[in-house]
Formats: sequence, C-alpha cells, structure tokens
Amino acid sequence: MSETHFRRMKDLPSTHLLGTGTPMCAGCGGLQALHEIYDILGARTVFVNAAGCMTLLSVYPFTPFRGSWLYTAMASAPAGGQGIRDALDILIEQQRISAEEDLDVVVLTGDGAAYGMGLSATSGAIERGLDFIYVCYDNEGYGNTGQQFSGATPHAALTSTSMGPRGYPGYKKDLFAIWAAHRPSYVATVIGAEPLDLARKIEIAKSLKGSRLILALAPCPTGWDFDPQHSADIGKLAVKTGIWPLKEYIDGRVVHTRVPHPRLPVEDYLKLQGRFAHLFTPSRNAALLDDIQRGVDAYWAGVERAGAETPGAE
Amino acid sequence: MSRALLTGNAAAAWGARLARVDYVPAFPITPQTEIIETLAGWLDAGDMPGRMVTLESEHSMITAAGAAAATGVRVFSATSSQGLLYAMEMLYTVAGWRAPFVLVNVSRGLASPITLEPDHNDIFAARDSGFLQIHCSTCQEVLDSTLMAFRLGEDPRVRLPVIVNLDGFYLSFTREPVDIPEAQLAAAFLLPYEAENVRFRASAPASQAMAVLGSGPYSYFRYESHLAAQNALGVYDEVAQAFGAQFGRSHPAVDAYRCEDAEVVFVMIGCFATKARHAVDRLRDSGVAVGLLRPRLLRPWPAQALYDALRGKRAVAVIDQNLAPGKGGVLHGELASVLYGQPDAPPVLASFIGGLGGRDISAEEFYEIAALTRAAADSGRTPPPRLLYTEDELREVRKLQAIAHAEREQLRSES
Repeated sequence: MSETHFRRMKDLPSTHLLGTGTPMCAGCGGLQALHEIYDILGARTVFVNAAGCMTLLSVYPFTPFRGSWLYTAMASAPAGGQGIRDALDILIEQQRISAEEDLDVVVLTGDGAAYGMGLSATSGAIERGLDFIYVCYDNEGYGNTGQQFSGATPHAALTSTSMGPRGYPGYKKDLFAIWAAHRPSYVATVIGAEPLDLARKIEIAKSLKGSRLILALAPCPTGWDFDPQHSADIGKLAVKTGIWPLKEYIDGRVVHTRVPHPRLPVEDYLKLQGRFAHLFTPSRNAALLDDIQRGVDAYWAGVERAGAETPGAE
Repeated sequence: MSRALLTGNAAAAWGARLARVDYVPAFPITPQTEIIETLAGWLDAGDMPGRMVTLESEHSMITAAGAAAATGVRVFSATSSQGLLYAMEMLYTVAGWRAPFVLVNVSRGLASPITLEPDHNDIFAARDSGFLQIHCSTCQEVLDSTLMAFRLGEDPRVRLPVIVNLDGFYLSFTREPVDIPEAQLAAAFLLPYEAENVRFRASAPASQAMAVLGSGPYSYFRYESHLAAQNALGVYDEVAQAFGAQFGRSHPAVDAYRCEDAEVVFVMIGCFATKARHAVDRLRDSGVAVGLLRPRLLRPWPAQALYDALRGKRAVAVIDQNLAPGKGGVLHGELASVLYGQPDAPPVLASFIGGLGGRDISAEEFYEIAALTRAAADSGRTPPPRLLYTEDELREVRKLQAIAHAEREQLRSES
C-alpha cells in the first residue's frame, strides 16, 4: 500500500465539496462522515442512493453534490450502480465517450438498506466483482421514519419499536464480517469523529478497483436522543470504548487501525444517549450493562488473540 | 432477409440482436429463459456486440436496466410473471426516469396457485406502471414489435420504456415461420440511440430521479409522463408506417379483422386472438356477421381507434385472459371507458373470462360467445360476466381430488 497523504489533521482537504443547507438534522454523524468522504472522492462520482435519510439530500431542483446523483429504491442501489458502471464501461470500450468522462460509482445507503432489504443486491454486486464504492451511514435504526429498530440496532437500545424496559432484545448484525466473507477488494469501518482514519481508508478505497465497502457509524441526535453538540464526542467515545472497532479488510486480512488503549468503560458511551437512559435510571441495570461490556471485552480479547494482525495501537 | 422457423422467444432475441442492444441485464424465469440463453449464446460467440449481466433478482435487473439506460446505452431485458411482479416497484420507478429501454414479458399466470402456464394477469399488473405496452399474437410480431418498441420509446417526444408482451408456451415455445430482417435494413429503421441529456458524464454532472417535496413538482412530473405516453399514440403510427415501408409488414395500433360490416365484435389481445380469428371466419361462413378487434397497443390506450372501429356495432364481446377477483376482466373495463357516453356506442358490452393458466378457448366457445352476445343485442341487456369452464374440466378436478383423498385414506389405513 502506498504511503498515505493523510498523517496529520492539517493534511485533510481544506476545501469542502459537499454543499451546505441540506435538510439533514443538526449534528448528523452520517452527514459529517459524508462530507469527509466526499472531500476525498471528489466530484467525478455518481452517487447511487437507496431510500433513507440521505435521499433528502437531493430534492428537486437542488443538490449539494458537485457530481452526479441517481435515486433508485430501498433495496437495489447496488444494482443501479451495476447498470451505470456497465454502461460507462461499454461507452468507453466502444469509444463513444472518452475515458475522461468516466465516473466512480458510489452507492450511498443507510443501515436499513445495507443490513436488510438491500443485502441481497449488495451480495450480488460483490459476487459479480462490481467496481464500486459502497458507503453505508449506520445510525442503527430506521432513522428517516423515526428510529424503529433495524438489523443494525445494538442490544438494549430503545427505539420507537422497542420501548420496553430492556430495549431492543436482538444484537447488532456484523455487517463488516458479512461483507468481508464475500472477499471484496476492501472493507472498512469508519466514523466521522476520526477524520484522519476515515481519510486514509477512503484514500485506499479510491486507489483500488473492485468492490469497496465503507461502514460509517453515524451518531444520530434524533434517533439516539442526545444533544447535537455531543455528536463528535459520542463518535470518539464509540472508538475509545471499543464498541465501534475501526478496522479494515484488505488482501484477505482484517487489520484494526485503532486499538483503544486503555479501553474506556462502555457505559461512558452509553450514558450520553437517551436510548440507553433506561440502563441508568431510575436504577442501574447492572446485568444489562455487564452484558454489553462483556460483548465488547470478548471482541477485543479475540483481536488480541489474533495479535499479529493488529498494528497501530494508539 | 432470411426466413426461419423461430419460437416466440427466439424471435424476441432476434429483435434485440437486430436492435444492436448494448446491454442485457438478465434473470432466468420460465417461460422466458430461452430469450436470455439465446442472447448469451450470441454474445459468447461474438455474433453480436454488447454485454449481458445476470443480476440476483428481477428487482435488481430492472434497476440495472433503468440505470444503464439513464447512462445512455441501449438496453434490453426480459422477464415473466412472478419476475415481473418482483420487479414491480422498479417498473414504476424507472418509467419515471424517462430513460427508454425495451422489456419483453412472456406472459404467465400468477400465484396463487403457482403455475407455469400463460394468462395476462402479470402484464395487466404493470398496466399503470408508465411503461408502454405492445401485445403480440404471432412470432413475427414479436420480432417486429421489439424493433419498433426501441424506435417508439427512444423517440424524443416519448422517452419511455416499452414492454413487448407475448404469451408463454403458446407463443414462447411455438415455432412459426418468421422473416428475419437484414441487419442493414434494421439499422436503417432503428438509428443509434441518442441519449441527449439523459446520461451521466464527468463533464456534465446530472441529478436524476431526485425526490420531490410537495404535490406541485410531483404532479408536474407525473403529468409529464402521461403526456409523453399520449404522444406515443401519434409516434406509434409513424413508427408503424415507417416499418411497413421498410419491411412490408403492417402492425397497426389496433388490428381490426372483418370488423367493417360486423354486427358483433370480439375484442381480445395476445395470441389467443388468432383462435378468435379462425372462429370469425367459421362464423362468417355460416352467415354470422362477426369481427375481431385486437389492440396491439395497450399503453398508450388507442381509445379513438377502438371507438372508431366499434361505433355503431350492435354488441361487443370482450374476452379477458385475466381475472381481477371481485371485479372481472380488466380489458372489459378498459373498453367500457372507451365507449360509455359516446354517440352510437354499442348498447351491449359483454364480458367473458377464459384462458386462465393456459386454458384453451375452443372454437365452440367462441361460437357460444357470439350467440350469447347476439342474443343480448336482441334483448338490449348486457349479460353478467361469464367465466368459461366446462363440465369436463370440473369433473377432472373432482377426479384429482378424489384420487388424492383415496390415497390418503389408504395410507391412513395401512399405518
């Protein structure tokens, strides 16, 4: 892998490409990640969107994108990417357009599409070796409809369809592992609150061919119930508590790009969010908190056992 | 030009080949699969340029078809039945993208119960999707209509995707003599696709298929699609005329057979209309003035041509190979919308449902339909819709049930 351009914060792009004034919520962690991603991918892109919060970025006749955009449907954005990629390849191959007219195909979906309805289309795209970048902004629920739980919702979180005292009974699906099991060119987790790590990964993704998939945890003030000003802090805590491991899959190996050390207790992350308030008030739910902490500990114990594959401890 | 015995499926594949399609997103489903197998064979052998990709579902297939068309290449795809329904969300969606391509649907009955054999419920489910629809009754028509569909949909006044429909089994797997146009003549009839401003290029960023807020922009775009589909009526006539001039075959929007002096007219779509045509000849032999009206174009709906052909008739019999449960035949309602309240509209518009799941409609049934419709004309009262089914058919079903019951009883007594 070639040397990264992004070693210090001042190496990050100083001009920002994505326009302002979008209808995303204040403090949207997904929009933060998208800003950072777009600055590196640039305007020679066509974003292929699935139904979700970010469908409202481009509302006729306005768009914050300097490049192109196609809205598809909730389940089939990767197939839309397939059609565009193939059509551009055909046009270039037959010299009906010049190579300068080419675009990078970027699929943009939320977790509702990525973890559930669109998973089959994503799987198909990867198995066909589609040359594209998939960006999922994961706010851990069907955010655009008012935060019902999805396959991305973490254990115990309150959502508008899991309002009971124990919150969401299921466990967050491991989409990173599902994607990586397809052996695509690249898979990475990112978060907008760690822009250097994000920039380096998007730089790598941009330099590769084939299917490249980016999973961005997207702290969501409205869905997770916190003040928008804490969005970046919560993002940082997601990494420091180890609940959102920053990692990448490349050349058949999973590498952790940040190993939090020391790892903060996971409740430092949970207690800032209204969706976990029932774990602390009116009385502390020690059993559930232990359950969540044990899950995080077990994950990192597994990483330590794998040892050699986790360079770059903080 | 060469003449060959082709199945309806092979004729559809020839239509795509002669249209010089760039891109074929595909997914197998009976009875359509032969179309994509044929195209795959030609592509693999280098007999035609272009690229095929097999998606993981029809939903994705139509998404890819629409997205490729929206990028500016000529696209062909094919499906059937459950596949068309699985893709239904995207049919409605991509029609609004105003990026033309051609989809062949090989009609097959819909679950439940699941079946492989044909009727028209699948294609009628796509009636309001925004796709234009051309319905074929012979293998020759399938090839010709596929070529015509590209020219129709790609016309700057239209710019809509088009479905070419053929009946499963009866047409898809039946060989008929088909004239295959010379490639140069086909190329002269169908010029290269000009994407104009519907495309994605680095030098000209574009946002397509964006969301709207509010009813103003929504209604605006919906009306635009409707007006474009209405434009397709006139454009279709031009395309059919050009096709006739080039190839000597006439494919009008509405095919009227022995209608001019007819008292009673059958209305049908698809290949079973050829059965009705023979019945018309036999009835004419016995002195009954019957005709057959077959809309080839179902969207846009050629209302004026249908009205002109039916004006002043004593009675009309609409034979639907579909069933809207709780309503009846879909085509019947479409005809009623053409005739109701118009001067000299036929006083009787009778409805018959038949041909479901590949069920034959016999010559005797056509004679009976004619007799019932004439009697209705005499009495001046439209009879209630009639579901075609014979005592023999009911007896066969009862027999199957009896055998199954008997075998279960036997198993029970043995255990």
